[in-house]
Amino acid sequence: MRTVCIVGVGMSQWGEVWKQSLRDIHTDAALKAIKNSGVDHIDSMYVGCMSGGMFVGQEHLASLLTDYMGMRGLPATRVESACASGGLAVRSAYIEVASGISDIVMASGVEKMTDVDGDEATYALAAAADQEFEVFHGATFPGLYAMMAHVHIAKYGTTREMLSAISVKNHNNGSMNPVAQYPFKVTMDQVANSVMVADPLHILDCSPITDGAAAAILCTEEIAKSLGKPYVKIIGTSVGTDTIQLAQRADLTTIKAATIAANGAFKMAGKTINDIEFCEVHDCFTIAELMVLESIGKYKPGKAGEAILAGETALDGAFPVNTSGGLKSKGHPVGATGVAQVIEVYKQLTGQAEGDRQLKSSPKIGMTQNMGGSGGSSVVHIMEVA
Amino acid sequence: MAGIVGYGVHLPRHRIKVEEIAKVWGADAPSYKKGLMLREKSVPPPDMDTITLSVEAARRALKRAVVVDPTEIGAIYVGSESHPYAVKPSGTTIADALGATPDIHCADFEFACKAGSEAMFVAMSHVKAGEMKYALAIAADTSQGAPSDALEFSAAAGAGAFIMGTDNLIAECGMTHSYMTDTPDFWRREHQFYPQHGGRFTGEESYFKHTKGASLALLEKSNMKPSDFAYAVFHQPNGKFPQRVALELGFTQEQIDPGWLAPTLGNTYSGASPIGLAATLDIAKPGDYIFMCSYGSGAGSDSFIWKVTDRINEVRENAVLTRKLLAENLIYIDYGTYAKYRRKIKMND
Repeated sequence: MRTVCIVGVGMSQWGEVWKQSLRDIHTDAALKAIKNSGVDHIDSMYVGCMSGGMFVGQEHLASLLTDYMGMRGLPATRVESACASGGLAVRSAYIEVASGISDIVMASGVEKMTDVDGDEATYALAAAADQEFEVFHGATFPGLYAMMAHVHIAKYGTTREMLSAISVKNHNNGSMNPVAQYPFKVTMDQVANSVMVADPLHILDCSPITDGAAAAILCTEEIAKSLGKPYVKIIGTSVGTDTIQLAQRADLTTIKAATIAANGAFKMAGKTINDIEFCEVHDCFTIAELMVLESIGKYKPGKAGEAILAGETALDGAFPVNTSGGLKSKGHPVGATGVAQVIEVYKQLTGQAEGDRQLKSSPKIGMTQNMGGSGGSSVVHIMEVA
Repeated sequence: MAGIVGYGVHLPRHRIKVEEIAKVWGADAPSYKKGLMLREKSVPPPDMDTITLSVEAARRALKRAVVVDPTEIGAIYVGSESHPYAVKPSGTTIADALGATPDIHCADFEFACKAGSEAMFVAMSHVKAGEMKYALAIAADTSQGAPSDALEFSAAAGAGAFIMGTDNLIAECGMTHSYMTDTPDFWRREHQFYPQHGGRFTGEESYFKHTKGASLALLEKSNMKPSDFAYAVFHQPNGKFPQRVALELGFTQEQIDPGWLAPTLGNTYSGASPIGLAATLDIAKPGDYIFMCSYGSGAGSDSFIWKVTDRINEVRENAVLTRKLLAENLIYIDYGTYAKYRRKIKMND
């Protein structure tokens, strides 16, 4: 396999975007990535999108989006794995470059979620859960993660303060991210006293619905070098799956798909969790960040909360997590999230993270963990400075 | 110079608290109280509708006008989205009750929450053109909010009436500006009982865009700035929106306070900014400038610049003050009573 690099990235402004449609925000991010990379063409594209159909009534996105990028005829593929669609697009692009099929491939992700009201958005997102065994019976994503949180609380004594600290940290980081949807800080009290969504999860434990797109240019190392721009190497990529219904899982306090994906990526990269210096994880809910940090082996089961409270995962901590602001503050356009996570690691490794969120430690290795649904799928990437 | 000769307001005595509605629907009362700055709202009892509210308000406007003989009123325009009849004007009944018939022009207006300021705009245009001595504009609603909908926490009732003329003015109208686009943020189709709305779309792209559009254009046109005004009144679908738009435009909390009624009145729809203007006239001094901006879904805003005259002090006490109606002699009701009063319980025929 050939070495695969990321050489340029682009994102649309994330948030509630009234004046642009799905195709507009995707084109915005895609053209920014192409310009940022300096490539004069791309050979193909993979776009991650969870539910263009339910959110804006538009499927067949690969053709539509290449057309609007001015690249009609380009080989293009849409990939879908719920909220892990973006991560899977990056992995698909990686495979195409690594295999030698193409030299320059765009991995992008997009979701336009705010054109429907809250009930419809909740329903569309719930399509990532098991319809017959969960959704038909009334479960929604906040409800499913709330159940996971309750089990974690019962088993390990996880506290409100631990969950609140995750939201506080991610909002602090996101306040320095110019594309973030909610770039403001919150306090422990504000999180604990925010509106209850699904006990024990308050609204400030939950990621928002977001319009957003993200794109990255993947290419061979030879091309990356020739462009003369900062680039990073992808040294590990893996995807893990699990039953999407919670009822079939042996343990609700761990996310097996994340463990599988992380282990696969570690093996490929020849690294362990101890080699990873910082990480973007899928904090669709605060409890998800906590459980993922345990599932990828960073902390022992039941121990992530204490580390978070001790500031270990803060920007200046031993293991910064979600320096971008995470899904919580940056926003969570489900199809784009996985690509945006990779973009944050690229920026941190190349010293391009905006404002004071650039890590002072000049990290050499970073990781992303993207998750589909309540953990039915997970995609992990490990990146290293060139 | 055209302007206001007399004004009056009427509000129901009945109130329901946000907590009482939230309790029934399992909603989070603190988030409505804090997020939308709503504490309670007025509720019309069973024998009160847009017509009866309008008659009371118009009678008070006549008391303040003093000089106006009802038969001298050349036109009556009633802006509301809750006219009791789909076909049959509200204005005919009101004009008759006031003794203003039969030599009078009449029309009912509808433009969501902006119908009242439209009536004021058109009434004023007639007297300004010299077609008639006086014209009566009424802004009244007994607005609808579907059970459990966010609107149910704000949809309230009230009426403001303004007699327009060219002499004996208590407030001169310096200038106006109207701003409108095709923006469907809130609507009720024929035969529907309750309106529907576009959720968050009703904010940024609707209320704020149009109130700011109409306000900025008028400030520019008049070559005035927020600090030139003693007071400002904005359409108030809740407590938060008018506060936010006022502060963003450069007005202060002190300038909007007198006319900022929504936190304890709710949204009186067509009546909202006109009643806010009346409450401001209740305390304004001669020479004060008042800025006013309405908003109606669909969507548009009318903005007005009023200058208070010396005559305000002579007529102000001729009728009850708005804040007194808002705060005194209230009857608090529970949700069951509210559901009965608002005919939310559907019976078999």
